[in-house]
Amino acid sequence: MSLSNEEVRHIAWLARLGVTDAEVERFREDLSVILEHFRALEELDTNSVPAAAHASLLHNVLRDDVQAASLPSDEVLANAPDSEDSLFRVPPILE
Amino acid sequence: MSGDQLHTLSIHAARKLLHSRELSAHELTEACLERVDQVELRLRALLTVCADSALAQADEADRELATGDAAPLTGIPFIAKDLLCTRGIRTTCGSRILEGFVPPYDATVIERLLRQHAIMLAKANMDEFAMGSSTEHSAYFPTHNPWNLDCVPGGSSGGSAAALAADEALFSLGSDTGGSIRQPAGFCGVVGLKPTYGRVSRYGLVAFASSLDQVGPFAKDVEDCALVMNAISGQCPHDSTSAPVAVPDFATFLTGDVRGLKIGVPREYFIEGMQPEVRRSVEEAIALLERMGASVHRDVSLPSTKYALAAYYIIAPSEASANLARYDGVKYGFARRLATTEESVNATRGEGFGQEVKRRIMLGTYALSSGYYDAYYLKAQKVRHLISEEFKRAFAEYDVLAMPTSPTVAFELGAKTNDPMQMYLSDVFTLPVNIAGIPALSLPCGFAGGLPVGLQLMADRFREDLLLKVGHAYEQATEWHLQRPSL
Repeated sequence: MSLSNEEVRHIAWLARLGVTDAEVERFREDLSVILEHFRALEELDTNSVPAAAHASLLHNVLRDDVQAASLPSDEVLANAPDSEDSLFRVPPILE
Repeated sequence: MSGDQLHTLSIHAARKLLHSRELSAHELTEACLERVDQVELRLRALLTVCADSALAQADEADRELATGDAAPLTGIPFIAKDLLCTRGIRTTCGSRILEGFVPPYDATVIERLLRQHAIMLAKANMDEFAMGSSTEHSAYFPTHNPWNLDCVPGGSSGGSAAALAADEALFSLGSDTGGSIRQPAGFCGVVGLKPTYGRVSRYGLVAFASSLDQVGPFAKDVEDCALVMNAISGQCPHDSTSAPVAVPDFATFLTGDVRGLKIGVPREYFIEGMQPEVRRSVEEAIALLERMGASVHRDVSLPSTKYALAAYYIIAPSEASANLARYDGVKYGFARRLATTEESVNATRGEGFGQEVKRRIMLGTYALSSGYYDAYYLKAQKVRHLISEEFKRAFAEYDVLAMPTSPTVAFELGAKTNDPMQMYLSDVFTLPVNIAGIPALSLPCGFAGGLPVGLQLMADRFREDLLLKVGHAYEQATEWHLQRPSL
C-alpha cells in the first residue's frame, strides 16, 4: 500500500497541516508501512457484522432544556492570541 | 516515621496519621516538594510544579482535618497528567501548541479531588496529546525511568508513573486510550488501573480518541487505587458518555480471598518475542494465585487479539484527527499569524504539532476520507464489535483474564523512536481492552535486569471489584509493591 507524495500533500491539506517537503517524504514512507499492516483486517469476514462506534451501552443521552451558567466571556477570551471586545480576531478569511 | 521518609507513605498509611493529627497536611506536602527537589533533575517527570497553591491547599486541608470530619483523601498530595484541565494552572498536553494555555475550568476528576481537599502538587509530563508509549514524544523533554535512568518510563502517562514510583506524591492520575496507564505502570513498578469506559468522567480530559479515552489512577498499592477510584468515579452531567452505574465502595472488595474465582489465561498473550523473564514472572504470579485457591484455565483463546493493533491504529487516529482539529490558533494556544486565516491555520498546526501527532492526524484523515472510509474506519468498527463480543463470551466463563502488561520491560531511551511500528507494537497487550471498553489493572509481579515486570488483569465491564480483589490478594502475598528504586 504505497502512497504518492501528491496523496500525502492532499491529506495534509484536508487536515490543514503545514508540511515541509522533507516531512512529505518521511510521512509518505511512514504511512505506507503502517497502512500495509492494516491489510491484516482484510482477512476477517465482517459482511454480517454490525459496526460498533463505541463500547458504551448508552444511546441518546439527553438533559432537560434548562438554562444554566456558562463560562464568563472574559475568562474564555483570556487565552486568545488576539481578541476585540467579546470576539476572537483572526486574519482575513477571504482575500 | 522520620521527616525524610514521609513521601514514601501510601495513602492509607498517611490517612491514619493525618486523621490522628500526628502528621499535618503541610508537613506531608513539604516532604513531597522536597522529594521533587531531590529527584526531578534526574527524572524530568513534571512540567509544572504548583508549590504555592499546593501549600495553600495543605493549610485548608489542615483546617478540615481539625474538624474531625474530613473526607478520605483530605491532605493527600497527588500529581495530575498534563492532559487534564486544571483551572488557573498551565495545561500543555505535552505540546508546544498549548504552551501557554491556562484552562478556565477544572476537569471533573480534578474538581472532585480538590473538593475532598486532596493536594495538587504538579502536572506531569506525557507524550504529546497522549500519542506515544514512552513519553519521548513530549514536545518538552523525555522522562526517565526511576529504576534505570537510561530507560523510558513508558507512555503516554510516563510522567505520572515515574513521579509516583519515585515517591514525588502519594498518587497520580493518568489517562489510558491504548494502554497509557497500564504500560507505564508496568514499566515503573506501580499499580495502574484503566476503568471501564464510562466509569470516570472525561470532562476536562483533553480529548484524543473519544470512544477509547479514560482517566485512571496510579497508586503505590491496590488499596490506594481503590481509595482514588472511590473519589473520581461516577456519572457526570458534563460527560454524556459517563455511565449511570452506581459506584461501590471499592475498598470493600479487598478481602484477600480468591478461592473459587476463575482466572482465564488467553494463549494469544503468551507469544514468541516476549522477554523470557517477563513470561516467567507472570507465570509465577498466576501459579501463586492458583495456590491461593483460584482456578486457572489455559484453554482460553481470543483469536481477534491479533487484529486489535490494526483496528486501534485506524480508530484512534481517525478520532484524533477530528478532536485535534480545534488547535488552529484562534481561541487559545500557539498562533502563527500570516496574511490569511488559511495560511495561519496551516502554519500554526505545522509548527505547533510534533511529528508523531502529525503522523496520526494524517493517518486518521486518510482513513476517514472519501473512498477509504469503508475499507478502513468502517471495517475497524466492525472488528471492534468482534473483539467486544469475544471478551463478553470469555467473561461468561471466567472472572478475570491474566497476562503480561507488555511483552518486554522498559526499553532504552531512543531505542524505538526511529520506527513508529516498533513503538506501536509495545502496546499489543493493552490495546484490546480499550477497544472493548473493559477495565484492566497492571500491578508489579517481579523484575528483569532491575526493571519492573507488570501483571495485567482484565475483567468484564464495571467489574473493577474483581480486578481489585484479585490484585490485592496477589499483592499482599508478595513484596513487589514495597520495593523502591534507589534514586
